[in-house]
Amino acid sequence: MSAALSSTSPISCQLNGARVTFPPDPSARLSSALRGLGLTGTKVGCDAGDCGACTVLLDGAPICACLCSTAQAEGRDVRTIEGLTATNPAAVQLQAAFLRHGAAQCGFCTPGMIVAATALLERNSRPTEAEVSDAIGGVLCRCTGYRKIVAAILDVPATAFDGPQPPSGTAIGARIARLDGRRKVTGADSYGDDGAPADALVLKVVRSPHHRAAFAFGDIGAFLTAHPGLIAVLMAPDVTGVNRFGVIAPFADQPVFAERETRFKGEAVAAIVGEAEAMAALDLSAFPVAWTELRPALSPDEARAMGASRLHESRPDNVLVRGRVARGDVEAGLAAAAVRAEGLFETGFVEHAPIEPEAGWARRVGDRIEIHACTQAPYMDRDDVAAILGIAPEAVRIVPTAVGGGFGTKLDLSVQPFLALAAWRLGRPVRMTYSRRESIMTTTKRHPARIRMRAGAASDGRLLALDVEAEFNTGAYASWGPTVANRVPVHASGPYLVPNYRARSVAVHTHVVPAGAFRGFGVPQAAVAQEQIYDELAAALGMDALDFRILNALGPDDPTVTGQILGPGTGIRACFEALRPAWTRARAEAAAFNRGRAANGHLRRGVGIAGMWYGCGNTSMSNPSTMRIGITHDGRIVLHQGAVDIGQGSNTIIPQIAADALGVPLGALDLAPPDTDLTPDAGKTSASRQTVVSGKATELACRALRAAILRMANAGSDATIRPAPGELRVDEAGHRRLIRLADLPLDERGYAISAEETFDPPTTPLDEDGQGHPYAVYGFGAHLAEIEVDLALGTVKVLHVTAAHDVGRAINPTLLEGQIEGGIAQGLGLALMEEFHPGRGENLHDYLIPTVGDVPPITTILIEDPNPVGPSGAKGIGEQALIPTAPAILNAIHHATGTRIRRVPATPDRVLAAIREAHLAADPSPPGEGESAPADRGGVLPGWGCPHPGSTLRVDSPSPIGRDRDRTDQGQRP
Amino acid sequence: MYLRPSTLREACEALVEAPAAILAGGTDFFPALADRPPPPRILDLSRIDGLDGLEIIDGVLRIGARVTWSRIARAPLPPCFDGLRAAAREVGSVQIQNVATLSGNLCNASPAADGVPPLLTLDASVELASSSGTRCLPLAAFLLGNRHTARRPDEILTAILVPVASPDATSCFLKLGARRYLVISIVMVAVLLEVAEGRVRSARIAIGACSAVATRMPELEAALIGASPAALGSLVRPHHLERLAPIADVRATADYRSEAALELVRRALRRCDGAAA
Repeated sequence: MSAALSSTSPISCQLNGARVTFPPDPSARLSSALRGLGLTGTKVGCDAGDCGACTVLLDGAPICACLCSTAQAEGRDVRTIEGLTATNPAAVQLQAAFLRHGAAQCGFCTPGMIVAATALLERNSRPTEAEVSDAIGGVLCRCTGYRKIVAAILDVPATAFDGPQPPSGTAIGARIARLDGRRKVTGADSYGDDGAPADALVLKVVRSPHHRAAFAFGDIGAFLTAHPGLIAVLMAPDVTGVNRFGVIAPFADQPVFAERETRFKGEAVAAIVGEAEAMAALDLSAFPVAWTELRPALSPDEARAMGASRLHESRPDNVLVRGRVARGDVEAGLAAAAVRAEGLFETGFVEHAPIEPEAGWARRVGDRIEIHACTQAPYMDRDDVAAILGIAPEAVRIVPTAVGGGFGTKLDLSVQPFLALAAWRLGRPVRMTYSRRESIMTTTKRHPARIRMRAGAASDGRLLALDVEAEFNTGAYASWGPTVANRVPVHASGPYLVPNYRARSVAVHTHVVPAGAFRGFGVPQAAVAQEQIYDELAAALGMDALDFRILNALGPDDPTVTGQILGPGTGIRACFEALRPAWTRARAEAAAFNRGRAANGHLRRGVGIAGMWYGCGNTSMSNPSTMRIGITHDGRIVLHQGAVDIGQGSNTIIPQIAADALGVPLGALDLAPPDTDLTPDAGKTSASRQTVVSGKATELACRALRAAILRMANAGSDATIRPAPGELRVDEAGHRRLIRLADLPLDERGYAISAEETFDPPTTPLDEDGQGHPYAVYGFGAHLAEIEVDLALGTVKVLHVTAAHDVGRAINPTLLEGQIEGGIAQGLGLALMEEFHPGRGENLHDYLIPTVGDVPPITTILIEDPNPVGPSGAKGIGEQALIPTAPAILNAIHHATGTRIRRVPATPDRVLAAIREAHLAADPSPPGEGESAPADRGGVLPGWGCPHPGSTLRVDSPSPIGRDRDRTDQGQRP
Repeated sequence: MYLRPSTLREACEALVEAPAAILAGGTDFFPALADRPPPPRILDLSRIDGLDGLEIIDGVLRIGARVTWSRIARAPLPPCFDGLRAAAREVGSVQIQNVATLSGNLCNASPAADGVPPLLTLDASVELASSSGTRCLPLAAFLLGNRHTARRPDEILTAILVPVASPDATSCFLKLGARRYLVISIVMVAVLLEVAEGRVRSARIAIGACSAVATRMPELEAALIGASPAALGSLVRPHHLERLAPIADVRATADYRSEAALELVRRALRRCDGAAA
């Protein structure tokens, strides 16, 4: 028919100032067409308009390229980050400002942010903060907490592109722009989906549609014949090594492909590999597999009740693991207490939601396999892939791409086994990118927790005892469940002196997606309970909540609950004391607001506080990092930096440490990026260990190299090393000695001079009571949240967060602030909006993460109480930053409303229900119709004040996980 | 087959040949694909002349099928459209508003469609064209249920027709979600109020995301007539909202929706009164 746009006619548009022609696929998404032309700065995070990473300008207006058909771009003007970088002054200014402010972390959302902000600045060169917020409200960022992005946009026009380079010896402590920042702000960084060869085959996975199911394949041969362009189907028998993997070898239990029965919705049973065009047209529902749905156990209660029907034969009662720490006599401590508090607290599944979905590609090179994928743990990937293929670890090369956010989820294998098996067998490069649905459905989650705590304190305010029982829904496979179950009992006391303590944990298998590592390994869940219980104790004593914490804060000579004396660098008391001015101001302001007309009858403000501690690195287990640095014959200094940068900044922090330890300017270092063929094992990027452990290894290696150079030059320790082409100049007291590098024989590492050092933080095993030294370094912090509650709607708005963190030594304050602000944003999400319901809402419009409009201004206070172990005294920050936010917000909700929220997230319906319940308890007569409940009485409700000292507080039982909601959706996507 | 006709007639003829998925702004079309390939037959409206008009003729605002939320938000419209324009600024994000159409919002027929409550208070109709002619349906008759409309497979929604209310009418729209941007409503309320000589002459109130289709509240509207605008909030009673049938989902419980709807209606009435004053 004449109206048809023939599917063979090419489609042209004006792209970045030049006329281009797209392949004749009119219904293809514009995002996919642009990326097909090599313009991979336009990122794809959701394919649904929910994340804005693919924002481009269409006739000058920002749109999501994933929601535009290629045909609709015909004849129009399309501009992408690449074109804006080349020609648009506003975009170039924005890029400079983003670098200077540290507004890009992983960098995956950054092109979308800059394109959206460019559209704003093109029509409004001096926007207000509200206008900036509206302009970027459609772009999700999971790393930064948005504040630095907003500050950067408001700072345009900015000047310098890169921050000033500090002179030799002053890199540590300097606010240096990310060394990998330019390629992030220009969209040039190469992530998992960006670098595959053009001829790569495409792989897709067939997944279980049920929580638990048996399955039988149909005629695979006929399926392949009916679909030209498809090349192979892989299933469990095609796994050449062991069909099993797991991040903790003794617990490895997860198959690449399920064998008889699937144990969670989304589990893989087969992979289909084919030419790109055929795969794009493939509807996976055509794959011949018959499912038989089986009765699943979705909660720990159901799983334990299943008795003999075990998910894993070797795990009775479906218990994966138990953890325990005990010290003193907890019952005696509770009995002796003047005040007690107890409660049951629950948290749900939380999704990491990195904006980059899991992606990568693999190829076979002779008898080796090479995998390019986003990952947090290249050496662990290497060893697991080798076992799956049945080849030696040395035959596997893992080349991490840039990582668009991880937060723990990219520690586990995702695309790697599928890619490796397919490329190994087919001898052609193979690529795979998870859809957002696949990513949410199948990758690990934060463990849902049910935590019961009982605590007691003496009349002088001192903590006497804490009893903790924590149950974690660990999902179908082990993943990091053992780590969570072991880390929580060590940390559940919080950073306080608790003489009588008992914490018991259990991780239970269920037929849901595996729960794994997520920023904090269970400690954020424990803090939600513990910091609220301590607030209740303080209230019961009639004590100020901050005073109570300062009184009980762990000192350098106090034993922890594992009996460890931390000594110097125990900075928690300093963190609390640093919050004192904000606490005094905020409580007074909240009280004034609540008395005043601005409260408008239904608004109440509250202020809450919470503390945290977190041990850096593995719990009582070896977790070494190795760093190598070498100088080439021509004078290049190469730092083999194997600590994967997932946005947190190791590509910048590690060189800063290296430069000062070696005594050269930062700019003199060349980085060899993580690659298991090029960089020694720097361990995994998790447990807030890279700055501490890899940083320390860096410091040791660079000091060793410096010592070797000074020995060669026969110079003293104060001499200055100046790298120059082909030589090193060593200056000391007016004398210069030259080391001609070409004269030196190459060492076994291929350098004229080199050094390699390993650091493994000193820990001791925990005994059967959990006593020992589980970590060499702890980080400390405390947050203060100011919030406003709408009493009639149950909505909570966070107005301001003040965060004090003892970081030991601030290697790069800008990056530290970025970690803290990003952690707060994720803690805010945990507190108020984030919960994944297995089997539902596998997208970023049902699973909500904070937008720019949800994250308040943040004031960061950095405290430097050096730890003797870390490099220059530094401590970790990645996980520390998230832990106290949620309990601080929950304590603030209590302050504002008199209501404890024991089930997070504190969604509007839960908050309103809690307010109603408290209201009824205080005054059983119904409020007058037409009035907004408590507020119209002008003040605090009877019974909302502090309970009397000595009382045991009422315990509310929250509803069981998931049971308060039914299974259908009404508010569907509009 | 991807069809991109340039006239409405060609488009209608194409639908007579075989049904097709209709593509306008794409903001519901593409997400609905999930991980599947596009449907075999797509009718793209983007090249059809005459579907992008936005004008008032003889007291009726005609919103062409391709008019986006951004154009509504920027258009200089009388105060009775303030609620619709407020909704335009709350839909998704700027990126969504720049391409998503009001007509698509109606055809997608989500219970949480942001456009429906304000258009219900405006007594809007939709114009449906097919090769056998054109018909108009009141919006309430067009929306039949969750994802279900009265559009026949051979029809295209060509325009939304809105009679312009009296110049002294005020309107507003309140949306409640669990975050600031890119959020699907838990509850939303639209109100259009006409006040004369210190008394309410007419009140039109619609609530969304609390039933399969957003719905007007005739009992409440009737109860407000003749009342003093300042007192409206206190006249709203729970039984006025008995038409709602909220359910529980990932966003909120049913009880919460009922309670929040009541509160939002009261606030919307107060805000409208404030706008009139």
